[in-house]
Amino acid sequence: MTESPSRRALLGWGGAGLALGAVAAGSAVAVSDSGGDDHEPSTAVEFHGTHQAGIATPVQDRLHFAAFDVTTTERAEFVRLLKDWTEAARRMAAGRPVGEGAFGGLAEAPPDDTGEALGLKPSRLTLTIGFGPSLFAKFGLAGQRPEALIDLPQFPGEALDLARSNGDLCVQACADDPQVAVHAIRNLARIGFGKVVVRWSQLGFGKTSSTTPDAQTPRNLMGFKDGTRNIAGTETDRLEKFVWASEQDGPAWMAGGSYLVARRIRMHIETWDRTSLQEQEDVFGRDKGEGAPVGKANEHDEPFLKAMKPDAHVRLAHPDSNGGSTILRRGYSFTDGTDGLGRLDAGLFFLAYQRDVRDGFVRIQRHLATDALNEYIQHVGSAVFAVPPGVRDADDWWGRALFEGK
Amino acid sequence: MRPARLTVATAAATLVALTAVTGCTEKSGAGDGDRVIKVTATDDACETSRKTVGAGHVELAVENKGSKVTEVYLLFPDDRIVSERENIGAGTRQRLTAEVKAGEYVIACKPGMKGKGIRQALSVTGATTAKRDPALDKAVAEYRRYAQEQADATLPKVKVFTDAIQAGNLAAAQSAYAPSRIGWERTEPVAESFGDIDPLVDTRADGLEPGQKWTGWHRLEKALWQDKRIGAEEKTLAAQLVKDLTDWQKRVGTAEITPTSMANGAKELLDEVATGKVTGEEDRYSHTDLVDFKANVEGAQEAYTLLRSIAQKNDPALVTELDRQFAALNALLDKYRADKVSYDFVSYDKVTEAQRKELSDAVNALAEPLSKLAAAVVK
Repeated sequence: MTESPSRRALLGWGGAGLALGAVAAGSAVAVSDSGGDDHEPSTAVEFHGTHQAGIATPVQDRLHFAAFDVTTTERAEFVRLLKDWTEAARRMAAGRPVGEGAFGGLAEAPPDDTGEALGLKPSRLTLTIGFGPSLFAKFGLAGQRPEALIDLPQFPGEALDLARSNGDLCVQACADDPQVAVHAIRNLARIGFGKVVVRWSQLGFGKTSSTTPDAQTPRNLMGFKDGTRNIAGTETDRLEKFVWASEQDGPAWMAGGSYLVARRIRMHIETWDRTSLQEQEDVFGRDKGEGAPVGKANEHDEPFLKAMKPDAHVRLAHPDSNGGSTILRRGYSFTDGTDGLGRLDAGLFFLAYQRDVRDGFVRIQRHLATDALNEYIQHVGSAVFAVPPGVRDADDWWGRALFEGK
Repeated sequence: MRPARLTVATAAATLVALTAVTGCTEKSGAGDGDRVIKVTATDDACETSRKTVGAGHVELAVENKGSKVTEVYLLFPDDRIVSERENIGAGTRQRLTAEVKAGEYVIACKPGMKGKGIRQALSVTGATTAKRDPALDKAVAEYRRYAQEQADATLPKVKVFTDAIQAGNLAAAQSAYAPSRIGWERTEPVAESFGDIDPLVDTRADGLEPGQKWTGWHRLEKALWQDKRIGAEEKTLAAQLVKDLTDWQKRVGTAEITPTSMANGAKELLDEVATGKVTGEEDRYSHTDLVDFKANVEGAQEAYTLLRSIAQKNDPALVTELDRQFAALNALLDKYRADKVSYDFVSYDKVTEAQRKELSDAVNALAEPLSKLAAAVVK
């Protein structure tokens, strides 16, 4: 286990902190390459790379996801923001405070960093930016909008709340410590005041799918294992085939990027909890204990889809029922307390990454129209984003290829 | 205003921060022994090495020789705080600094951090404070004049409001309510620095301390809009409002104003909007929140305008941003009134959630850069 320096130590060591941060980041990469889920939670995840961190990266425990609307009409100002955000994200991912830090600066000015992450470990924080379809109508970007970034069609049964949907931009913050994730979004929102506004945001906990299949599969709030067949961060072939956009897919600025669908899926918790075990298992097509597919003994046994009920969730969602369509899921459970009727306001904040939204989420979701699970869930928020490739080095910034070409 | 507890605490904290800050930015002349006052605190005494000191920067070198944690205050004679240091442990030393003008002051030690403290008088001699940028002094003088003008202009409008109440004219009182508040709302940080007046005139029901009688504008607002009646109690309260605001008018010229307090005051006015007005909590019965909102923005803009040329030298980018955001917020507010001079704003209960968010976003867009104005002024 690598002992990584705390934020406070990094702050105190000044210039030396830079080098130490880099070492810590390097060691985290080695850990994530091992594919295990047994991560040292204190480590930093490398911010720079071909792809953005936070997609194939082993899923952290906590989420703060925020969608923003752009209010500035000046391209230069928006580009400035993307650069400022990148710099702040780079520092926070390394476990360092934003700007001049949270204390010790001018007494008359509010500190650059809000300070609640001081003394906390980097906690594998990843920050991942995405550009929504509505962004491309601005700043003369219409010609750069990827074909794969469609406006999602309407799906039967959904009841979308516009106040929890869409957005020109999104930032996904994942970390093992909720305070670290919240700190990151809070600081980015603050840097963005006057240029972007928060449209909606969502906190998540209890990851509901794993990108590290050797580890135990997590359970969703319905008590079922979720993500048994998810794409692993180590499966380079499947990532290339199903997740990363290529040069040929077009446009060029998206090469190495991916497309994100975010859905707030409310669960009718109380009615689900009154449902018989038999029906619960029939709805999913797996047993509740092991997670084994119908008729099989173990979770990872190959499912025999025809043994499941025709409307079983696993049967309908399985790649074999969708012409091979596969997505990388990275969802989190959420609960925002109770609603006005005393019902748990809870469910799944579904995050799916794919090479093309049309072949990925849309195809599968259409097929789920007859899903037995629909009786117990409702999609209430929705958004789709083009997630650009990674920030390559210290001179690069989020979206540079979009705004400046290669 | 925010709940009184918060407001008073904030006002006190602001003064403390300001004076402390001013102290830091002036050259303290280290080694200049006659600028230092030694304060020896024990559990039952508070000894000071000097009883007089020249105006300007002073430093209190405190040693706690007692057995209890103590705190030391430099106070104006009316107990307003110039500077303070809390939590001075037994056997420890602390320093506090301040910039003082000529006049009478009090140094108070509070063993156990309780009570009014053990007090020593301090006379500050001389005609001037430490060296200051004349442009800053001019800005302060002009802002002081503005605060006085606002108070002077408010009283006649308050009289229109209270005369309508005395006459039992509900409709006339309702229409005079919001205009009577404009001058107060424009200069709220100055007004709130008088910790005794603010709770009397501008407290909301949820801001009352235990045992505090509810008086002032919002109590009358409730009578006029919710209860829809004017009784003897309301007439008494109306008379008291005039009395309390006359007190404010007389004292507003004595308020401690510094360049940093002006800059921070401008930000606080936006904070008032962000916490109280944009939610509709401030004028929950009359829904005239947008009038207060506009007045808060105007007051902030006045302070900013007076400091703008100084900030321009130190941080031109900030000035560009503030000009832009003030214009954007004012343009947005103009959508809610018939013309650009009228104070007849749309009733806030007619403002939709989406519109409130747009207003809130515009306030954040202005308040965030405004929070950097104080630093730009004292750089």
